[in-house]
Amino acid sequence: MTFTSILFERPEDAVKGPGPATPDFLVDLNLDQVVEAIIVGREEYDLRPFFFAPLKNVDAIEYRHEVMQELEVAGVRDAIQSFARAMGRARRFRGISGKVVNKNVKNGWFLNAAEAYCEAVSGLARDLDALTPKSRGLSSFLEYLKKYAESSEFSWLVADTKKVRADLSTAKYSLLIRGNQFSVRKYEGEPEYSAEVEKTFQKFKQGAVKDYRIEIPDYLDVNHLEEAALDFVARLYPEVFEGLDGYCAKHAGFLDGKVATFDREIQFYLATLDLVAQLRETGLQFCYPGVSDRSKEVSSREGFDLALAIKLMREKSSVVTNDFFLKGEERIFVVNGPNQGGKTTFARAFGQMHYLANLGCPVPGREAQLFLFDRIFTHFDREEDISDLRSKLEDDLVRIHSILDKCTPSSIVIINELFSSSALPDAVFLGKKVLERIIQLDCPCVYVTFLDELSTLDKTVSVLSMVRPDNPEVCTFKIMRRPADGLAYAQSIANKYRLSYANIKERIRS
Amino acid sequence: MKVLLLHGDRSFDMGGELPPNEQALMQDVELDVLLGAMAREDKFLYQVARRVLLSSLVDLDQILYRQSTLKDSLKNPGVVRDIYRVAEETTAGEKGIWGMYNPYKSTDQILGRSVKVLQLCVGKLKELRAIVDQHSGEFESEGFRALFAMLKEELSDEYLASVQSLLNGLESSDGTLIRAELGAGNKGTKYALCRQPDKKQGRIARVFGTNEPRQFTYSLDTNDNTGTEMLSQLRDRGINNVSNTLAQSSDHVLGFFTSLRTELAFYVACLNLSDALARKGEPTCFPTPLERGSRALAFEGLYDACLTLKLEQRVVPNDLSAEGKDLVVITGANRGGKSTFLRSVGLALLMMQCGAFVPAKSFASDMCTGLFTHFKREEDITMKSGKLDEELKRMSDIVDHLSPGCAVLFNESFAATNEREGSEISRQIVGALLERRVKVFFVTHQYEFARSLYEKEMANAVFLRAERKAGGERTFKVSPGEPLETSYGEDLYDRIFLGSAPSPEPAAPVTPR
Repeated sequence: MTFTSILFERPEDAVKGPGPATPDFLVDLNLDQVVEAIIVGREEYDLRPFFFAPLKNVDAIEYRHEVMQELEVAGVRDAIQSFARAMGRARRFRGISGKVVNKNVKNGWFLNAAEAYCEAVSGLARDLDALTPKSRGLSSFLEYLKKYAESSEFSWLVADTKKVRADLSTAKYSLLIRGNQFSVRKYEGEPEYSAEVEKTFQKFKQGAVKDYRIEIPDYLDVNHLEEAALDFVARLYPEVFEGLDGYCAKHAGFLDGKVATFDREIQFYLATLDLVAQLRETGLQFCYPGVSDRSKEVSSREGFDLALAIKLMREKSSVVTNDFFLKGEERIFVVNGPNQGGKTTFARAFGQMHYLANLGCPVPGREAQLFLFDRIFTHFDREEDISDLRSKLEDDLVRIHSILDKCTPSSIVIINELFSSSALPDAVFLGKKVLERIIQLDCPCVYVTFLDELSTLDKTVSVLSMVRPDNPEVCTFKIMRRPADGLAYAQSIANKYRLSYANIKERIRS
Repeated sequence: MKVLLLHGDRSFDMGGELPPNEQALMQDVELDVLLGAMAREDKFLYQVARRVLLSSLVDLDQILYRQSTLKDSLKNPGVVRDIYRVAEETTAGEKGIWGMYNPYKSTDQILGRSVKVLQLCVGKLKELRAIVDQHSGEFESEGFRALFAMLKEELSDEYLASVQSLLNGLESSDGTLIRAELGAGNKGTKYALCRQPDKKQGRIARVFGTNEPRQFTYSLDTNDNTGTEMLSQLRDRGINNVSNTLAQSSDHVLGFFTSLRTELAFYVACLNLSDALARKGEPTCFPTPLERGSRALAFEGLYDACLTLKLEQRVVPNDLSAEGKDLVVITGANRGGKSTFLRSVGLALLMMQCGAFVPAKSFASDMCTGLFTHFKREEDITMKSGKLDEELKRMSDIVDHLSPGCAVLFNESFAATNEREGSEISRQIVGALLERRVKVFFVTHQYEFARSLYEKEMANAVFLRAERKAGGERTFKVSPGEPLETSYGEDLYDRIFLGSAPSPEPAAPVTPR
């Protein structure tokens, strides 16, 4: 099969994103924050559209899993990363070359760009070949790359580039600065002072040193003195610079289209894995979920809200993980429990994991089995309008109605505190109606509510956010199927400080 | 070049972490008083002495290495203080050279200053050489002999002359010769200052027909201000590295003097302390450190050096022989010298393990891997439960750092609750510590606790009591004795509240005149 794209095996798998606006459900699930955290620092690749386009079939997801898992192997990832760095340099140098006026400077940057490109292509072809990638994506790309790297066109570019560089490196010169003038001549091997100083005081040398170099701004731009000096050097070494001129004319269009596209698209994976690696450092787990378009028996172990985990990681704190599963006829989590106890977080985690799974990304948790949805619908409390209760209720109903209208048995629905500001009987009545409709649709759902009455309907599973057994005022952020059974009990004061006989013997290693 | 007077194998680290119990030790053993006598109001001496005291050695050879270096110092105090003076003058002199605190430096300024600093150092190195040449024969310790031998070898006359000529060369220059290569985008790179060929030779070469090198010259327009700035920047690029290397070299040389000053500071501080104790007629001796875990402790005439330094009189010394003991329980009269005794043991252990002499006629003990103190704190007596909490929290922090071979000094710990509860807590803690081979010294007036330990008849425990004579008079002597139920608080109460004491007693354990 000929190589199409590292993101899609077949051209028809390619899906279009929703356009520039971020869909509401992404905002509700804080997935917009997750996407920003993933793509930050990679703006030049314009990755956002890839993250707004979930895949439509299981095979397309597996295609990405294969590539992603292969990239988790350090060697493969290193190879791709050094390729990406070299391509980045090539792009940047080419940009500078296009802008500057002085011919010798322009040609200089062109040479650097071509060097970086040659290094990127040869390096990747060599490294990947040695690693024999197994994924469909990387192995068919390698096949393409090897053919290209062995082509006469590319070999010619490499040979010419090396020759011109070698010639330039022989053009050593010296500057003699006196007052308001400087002279340029060929360098004649005069000894350097630094070495002598270093040798003289070697015997006093100790560990750490302070850096006394002053900061001299390092512009890539060349000022008029440097240009003048460079033009003098060109006159001191005329053959070398004529060679450079010819080289630039011959190789003006060196960049290959498919290599350039690969360079952009592979960043989808690298960006994702970078964030995953950072979170793994804090002890969190990620896994490649099983994804099914038929079974709605979903489950996760040690999953978490990725957006929250990112935020807490930046604050040097860590997130609480949770397990969940839906079995048999179970479709709906009805989440109850104290405020600030992790209910919304649980709902978001559920939605995020599904969304990420459908992008072909690893998901939070030690293991997961998830569902291939057609769409995700969310209904989260809107902060605005709370002063006008009637219109708030109306707004809630309008929104939920439009969701239920579009919803199919393959959709995922996440509802957070629906009707929370209406009168209790209303809320119970309406909540039941909505849930009944979802039960009828048979789609996986998380329903966060403060109403106990909703937790006993068909297909629902009641889960609670738990508090500390010894102190009901402290939330554990654990969401569990069983009710809280904790009682506060007094610990002996020595136990509190782990100073009992047994504690101390345990604490002091013999 | 390393000084190696504090450790035979490495330089002393003034920046390393102090043990976690540093604050507690300072406070409980009242180190401040001792350090005051060592420093004589010199902040630097204070800091070094403090750090050395708190960084206990746990290696026999290292302690003996310091002891022999200190013995040499006590024998040649004048020479040691003189070398210390040279080191001190160098580090102080460097601060007087203009430009140290100027943040907007140019490469020229850095280069110029470094040359001046190095000129100062060369002078002081010569001075050092002279002292060494004159006195090295008078020293016997491994530390001093190695230092002096190194100075003689490394600071030869030829070497000092070559440094001088390099510095002179860098000070004078006719134009700046900088080499360069073409880098990315054909921009110049790897600029480096080069030594210009000797002028005389150049002239001769010309006479004999060698051509002037082919060169192109660029002269700035008189009003090209940007150009002037760029040219000086170009020059900076050329000089940057060498001025950096030179400044670093001057730091290295100064580092040697700082290191010399630091490591000598400890010995100078010990000389000061020795003088102070000798003036009071208090004895000192070099202790005998014994291998870790050998569970030996024996001393004669041990006294609390901090206390004696605070008082006019000499203080009451104590004797003890505690072979094979892991637990020392001290009970007895209030204000009877228990705490002083405990402090004197802690202080002697610290002094022994930093290589110093100890305040005693004789002292031998195994080394402990870490010394911890858990003293009752006088503050916040208002909230009883809060106080027990605080004590337990502190104890828990100590346990975090304990390992077999450590020692813990308890002073009336866990008494901030009723006696039964406090005794139980103490018993559990002490029991577990002993099983984990942690040495325990426990001053307590909790009779139930002390008695229960006593009745176990443990072979590895010794019980001491603050003595008092039949008439109720305290001698401030601590000697073997089983715990007794009353703690003589009544006497104190009587004296203070009723003013009925038989004779006016000193408030601290000093020898009766």
